[in-house]
Amino acid sequence: MSTATTTEGRDLAPVSTESLAALLIAKERPPRPSAWSASLTFGWRAVLKIKHVPEQLFDVTAFPIMMVLMYTYLFGGALAGSPKEYIQFLLPGILVMSVVMITMYTGVSVNTDIEKGVFDRFRSLPIWRPSTMVGYLLGDALRYTIASVVMLTVGIILGYRPDGGFGGVVAGIALLIVFSFAFSWIWTMFGLMLRSEKSVMGVSMMVIFPLTFLSNVFVDPKTMPGWLQAFVNNSPITHLSSAVRELMAGQWPADEIAWSLGWAGLFVLVFGPITMRLYNRK
Amino acid sequence: MSQHTSGLAIETAGLVKTFGETRAVDGVDLSVPAGTVYGVLGPNGAGKTTTVKMLATLLRPDGGEAHVFGHDVVREADQVRSLVSLTGQYASVDEDLTGTENLVLLGRLLGHGKHAARERAGQLLEAFGLAEAAGKQVKNYSGGMRRRIDIAASILNTPDLLFLDEPTTGLDPRSRNQVWDIVRAVVAQGTTVLLTTQYLDEADQLASRIAVIDRGKVIAEGTKGELKASVGAGSVHLRLRDPAQRSLAADLLVRALDAHVQPEPDPVALTARLGTAASDDTAAEQAARALNELARAGITVDNFSLGQPSLDEVFLALTGHDTHDSRDADDKKDEVAA
Repeated sequence: MSTATTTEGRDLAPVSTESLAALLIAKERPPRPSAWSASLTFGWRAVLKIKHVPEQLFDVTAFPIMMVLMYTYLFGGALAGSPKEYIQFLLPGILVMSVVMITMYTGVSVNTDIEKGVFDRFRSLPIWRPSTMVGYLLGDALRYTIASVVMLTVGIILGYRPDGGFGGVVAGIALLIVFSFAFSWIWTMFGLMLRSEKSVMGVSMMVIFPLTFLSNVFVDPKTMPGWLQAFVNNSPITHLSSAVRELMAGQWPADEIAWSLGWAGLFVLVFGPITMRLYNRK
Repeated sequence: MSQHTSGLAIETAGLVKTFGETRAVDGVDLSVPAGTVYGVLGPNGAGKTTTVKMLATLLRPDGGEAHVFGHDVVREADQVRSLVSLTGQYASVDEDLTGTENLVLLGRLLGHGKHAARERAGQLLEAFGLAEAAGKQVKNYSGGMRRRIDIAASILNTPDLLFLDEPTTGLDPRSRNQVWDIVRAVVAQGTTVLLTTQYLDEADQLASRIAVIDRGKVIAEGTKGELKASVGAGSVHLRLRDPAQRSLAADLLVRALDAHVQPEPDPVALTARLGTAASDDTAAEQAARALNELARAGITVDNFSLGQPSLDEVFLALTGHDTHDSRDADDKKDEVAA
């Protein structure tokens, strides 16, 4: 380290104190950015990170493709007679499941990022406090969109034909992304609360597996025991996947949409303030 | 620019921060005049970083009060944030982004438009000699380059108060000198600088007033002159030709200089810490007199050097223990970067 510093130091152009002085004279300060503008700037930071490390898109490309292929061919024949018929039912659900699962990476990236020096700088800036976190989620919304497009493409190749057409599909994806954005505040909370990346992963799995599997993503809940139906029918994931499924099928499931958005609002209202409390305390 | 009636950039009274059982900052009182470089000198774990973090609104004090240009750091945190910039021990920039991206990002967050942020970023990179590295990710920067981009990020808007937390720790002497030049340029434009350091030399070069901090407490405060006078003028290091003459030489030095003399592990070497009693004379005059005495007594001196008091000596004089002891009372933040 020290040798590298010395050699590079020699090649480094000198500091120009004159031009520095000229820059320092300008003391006017622009007005502070709006909450939205600061959040967008942090979103831009997330996009820049994807640009520099594109491998991190693996979880929103390869993983979703795997999910569609695996479940279509694994269950298709047994549950619906053929994979091609099953995918009509499965695709919107597996889309919901995969994207909601991907949201848990938010917690991991918050956790690894928060210990770095740059966070001290962000926290000492006169900006809207939650914008750092909102920025993460905006960057992640882009990742969710990529995942959705990838899965739909694979689905269509395998024979999925949404009756809702382009409009229905876009509406379904939009609802899914809004929900995921809201749901992610759980992960920002865990990312700030837990001490290591591993514990964030562990806790996330504990939450995400029961929540996504105990839903109507794979099968109609009618065959389940009563106590499980009670849970499944009231799970936010069930409401969301019903809403997305019907939107893509060309219907307007007002109830399910309202339930999904209601849950989304609840997640933000509960976990948003907890996240910000933890963030301010760090 | 905000002006505070008392002309103080920072004013703290009884500032306390505890981490579990440890009182990392234990009743710190500081008064930092605006427009100056104020040095906070102390070993690792003395509570320097914790103090800076409280002043920069990153940590909430557990006790006492702190005002920055008259604004309370807890109740008026937002006003404080708009006046200060912080450069931490580690680079406070995003290592995954390039130099330009970092500065544009922070420029945008400070409210500059896209174009203005790009322009300011370009000018700063140019002034800091980083134009060539502008498109490289910061993780590929050398230590000296990191410090530069870090300080550049802190002056995107010229701050009223700049915190520099050990800005030269781990740098080679050349890069260190360049950081010093930057600090001088910044303060020449009217910015107040709070500099923490482990090196007396650095505080000496840059600061007009210095607080020495140890185990969370300010143990001495004053101008450089006052501080040095309190610990003596410096040390004379001698190497004699004949080890047998060492005890005689030590006696002579004690008598002639009122100095505290310490034998070194090397049998021909000894160190005399010049006392405060004869402080009307300069250290050089005292040293010259010592050499004279030794020559008259027929003691041959092979090697002679006159040194400033080191931080170790300042500490020994002020606290009665050396700098390493302070690690026991470490606060975690300081220790991590050590």
